[in-house]
This record gives sequence, structure tokens and C-alpha cells, in this order.
Amino acid sequence: MSDVQQTLFPVFGARVSAGFPSPADDYIESRIDLNEHLIQHKEATFFLRVRGDSMVQCGILDGDLLVVDRSLPVVVGNIVIAAIDGEFTVKQFAFCEGHPVLKAGNPAYNDILIDPEGDLEIWGVVRWAIHKLWP
Amino acid sequence: MTRRSIALVDCNNFYVSCERVFNPALQGKPVAVLSNNDGCVIARSQEVKDLGIKMGVPWFKIQEWAKRHNLIALSSNYTLYADMSNRVMKILSHFSPNQEVYSIDECFLELTGFQHLNLSDYGQRMRATIKQFVGLPVCVGIGASKTLAKLANHLAKKRLAFEGVCDLNVMPPEVLDRLFSEIAVGEVWGVGSRTEKRLAEWGIHTVFDLKKSSPKVLRKQFSVVMERTVRELNGESCISLEEIAPPKEQLMCSRSFGAPIFSLSDLSQAVITYSTRAAEKLRHQKSVAALVYVFIETNRFKEREPQYNSGLLVPLSQPSSDTRLLTGAALAGLKRIYRPGFAYKKAGVMLNELSPAGTQQKELFEDVELQVHSALLMQAIDRINGMMGAGTIKFTGEGLQKKWQPKAERKTPAYTTRIDEIPIAHAIKSN
Repeated sequence: MSDVQQTLFPVFGARVSAGFPSPADDYIESRIDLNEHLIQHKEATFFLRVRGDSMVQCGILDGDLLVVDRSLPVVVGNIVIAAIDGEFTVKQFAFCEGHPVLKAGNPAYNDILIDPEGDLEIWGVVRWAIHKLWP
Repeated sequence: MTRRSIALVDCNNFYVSCERVFNPALQGKPVAVLSNNDGCVIARSQEVKDLGIKMGVPWFKIQEWAKRHNLIALSSNYTLYADMSNRVMKILSHFSPNQEVYSIDECFLELTGFQHLNLSDYGQRMRATIKQFVGLPVCVGIGASKTLAKLANHLAKKRLAFEGVCDLNVMPPEVLDRLFSEIAVGEVWGVGSRTEKRLAEWGIHTVFDLKKSSPKVLRKQFSVVMERTVRELNGESCISLEEIAPPKEQLMCSRSFGAPIFSLSDLSQAVITYSTRAAEKLRHQKSVAALVYVFIETNRFKEREPQYNSGLLVPLSQPSSDTRLLTGAALAGLKRIYRPGFAYKKAGVMLNELSPAGTQQKELFEDVELQVHSALLMQAIDRINGMMGAGTIKFTGEGLQKKWQPKAERKTPAYTTRIDEIPIAHAIKSN
């Protein structure tokens, strides 16, 4: 489905063919790039900020940074961003008795039934939740 | 000779659609985007169009009326539009080896040689991909020339039966003729309202009328451009993809190099030259620009050499005609798109979203004195260059400082480019 090819960067440095070969060349690697690691589809990736604690049980805390990839197909169990009543909400996508639903991480909250005719929109799939531990 | 297939992909109500991606509350409501000084309406949602609000209407004239109709007016957020435009263009570049970005929200794609695919399906795939990846609605028009692609795009937008994709190349001639006889000639690319009136005097009212006219007669009575338009309407591609004819609201300066260029510093020199020239033209017509587009290309016709084409739209902190600001933006963009190891053949700078100078909003903390000095300095330089020959005084393009700018009152956040302005995802009880 995806037409966007990824650019691949060389990870290992090339061996020098002339002069003194440096023994370090075999070990030269480019540093880990978090962008590369966290973002698979650059053009389809957006960041959102979590407000609230209804997703704590799913490991998503108030203030977390979400990396959202819109190019991914929505699969059961995914954490998703849904547009409900004009707002973005973070929920878990699930099926309940044959119906697609949105679940909160907290079982005290009711599931939201997804009406295919309604205006509820799955905006994107959350790929990462980044949680700050040190102020 | 095989018939060309050229696609024009155009975002629907681009600015409004960008705003809606990040604020779902705007969905289904009448939304308008205002020019930089919050002066006039420059983008409208379908709901606003249906309310009869025309493009370019001064905001103060409809402010009261807008309140009664719950019209939502937003200041233009060029930072957001530029980022979304860059995303769209990048995604679309994967659908064709040859892309020409025509404006912030539209580009041509060469699809000749792709005819073994069902191009309507291919267009639908473009639509679905853009919609899914960035949330924007686009329409795709396909034809044997740029003029026909533009017209096809118009049909794809206006006629729901096409479902957003219209390929004129697969239509039988009699269907085309009937379709064209239903479209006013003013919809043809390059036919303005003045030309439309003059054409009417010649009995040319519809696209069909123009298509059937003699190119030679029109060349005599109108211009070479009109002759070319007629040929293009008849499926003869006269305006090549590289030959960019920017719309009036843009200013373009580009050139192919005599010899290929490899280094960033040499490319920078070229870009400085082009942005300086473009800035002069801009000041000459007493305008300012809000966005700077910079692009670089390798030689597409040397097929065995590695190919790389890229462009980037860079927003300015405020509309300007200052060579230093425009050049700084162009160079910042160039740095981002430059890849070493390619033989570059062409580079260019395009100034976008032009508006008359002197009408743009004075920012709260703007250094007015600096602006005046800047204007005087530019005038002086233009005069010296005019007398002593172009390029007598040059800019180095260095030493630009970014100024902190307060936000415009109706401006939405920089959702995609500033970490402290990203959208909120609520994790609260919602039912």
C-alpha cells in the first residue's frame, strides 16, 4: 500500500583502499539517530501531547509525547488518536461483540462504539509514547 | 507520437483543509483564512463558498455578517501550510519520476509511459494516500497537455460524478466536446476575465468554442500564448513540464547551469543570485512575499547518471521583500535539500503568496525603524545596480538573525513545527 520508499543510510563506514587502513574503520558506525528509530514514515508522522490519565493502564501518562503515524492501517489492539466531538482523544482500538470500539485504559470508562456512519474519525496510530523521567 | 499523460494534483481549499486536519472542530463549519494583515479572505471552505463569500473580500466588510452566520475566520498560518505542502509534494513525488511543483498546493506529474496502469485508479491511489498520510483532500486531473490537465482538475473538483479524478485521455471525442461546451472559456488556464470578454466578442464563449478556433487567427488577434492554449486544448503538449509558467501571485527566478554544479557552496552562489534577482522584481512590483520555494535538479535527460530532484517551501516570519530575508530563507531551504554526490543542472527560487507592500500587519514588537532602513537600503541598492549594472552591490546571504515574533490574534498554533504548540490528545472520560 505504502508508496513512500525509505531512504537508507549507510551504517558502516567504507574501507579506505589507499594509504594506511585505519583499524578503527571496521568499527565506525553512525550514531543512533532517534528520528530514524522512532519515525518510519516521515511525511505521515505527527506529534501530539497527552492530557489526562485515562490511559495510564496502557502505559500512557499525562504529559507524554505521542509519535503518531497516519500511514499505518488500524489493527485491533493499537493505541489510536480519534477525533471525537471536535477533539483529539487517545484510545485503544478493539472489537467488542463484532463491533469496532474505542476503549479507555481505565475499565471504569465505557467503551465508545464506532458507528461507520458517524463522524468519529480514527486520525492515526500511536507508534510511541515518550515519557519524561527527569525534569 | 504517443499521447502524453500529464496529471495536475491540486489540494482542495488547501489552507482551510490544513487547519481542519489539526482542529477537527472546524469540520463541516464555514471556515475562512485571512491574508496576513487579516485584511481579506484568501481561502474558503465549501460552506463559505456556498454562503456566497467571494475571494478577496475585505474582512472588515463582512465581520458583522460573519458573526451572525458563525463563520470562523483564521489568520494565515504559513508555517503550517508550508510544512503540509512539503509533505504533500514529497508523497506525490513517489508517484512519478518527473514532478513540477506549480504552487503551494498543486503540482504537475508526468505520467506518460504509465498508461499501462489504469490512470484513474492511479489517481485514486494518490488521493487515498494523501488523505491517509496527511489528512488533506486532493483532486487529480489528467490530460495530454498541461492546459488539459488543469481543465481535467477543474472537472474533477466541480463534478462529483468523477469522484475526484478525471482522465480526459480515456474519453471519446464526442464526450469531450459535449463536456467542453458546458464549461465557460474563462476556466481555461491563462484566460483571464479581460481575455474572456474579448473572446466573447469573437463568439468564443465555451472551452469547446476555443478548442475549435483557428490557432493562426487567434495568434494574430490575441497572442502566441493564446495560439499555444488552443493547441494544448487539442491535445498537443506545447508547455513542457520544465518550462514553468508561474501564476501571477508567484515570482520565479531559475536557470540551467552551463556546466554541472556539485558543491553546496556553488549552488548557494546560484541561489543567492536568483533570490536577489527575484527580490528586485518583487520590489519593482511593490509586493512582499510570505513564502520562499527553493529547488535543485539534476539533468533528467542523462538517464545513466544518478538523479535527484528536490524542493522546499520555507515560510518567512513575516511577508517581506528584503533581499537578506528572502536569500536567508532560500539558503536555509537549500541546505536542507542538498545531497552531495550529484551533478546538479538547475536551481531556482520562487517567491509565493505575494501581497502589496505596505499593507501587511505591523507586528507588535516589530522594529519599524529597521523596516524603514531596510526599505531605503533596498531602494538604494536597486538604484545602484540599475545604474552600474546588475550585481554591482551583492549580498553575502550571511548574518541573518531570526527575530522573535508574537502570534497573530486569529492564528492557529504551529502544530507540526514547534514542540510546545503540538495538538493535545485528550485522555479523559468522554462519555
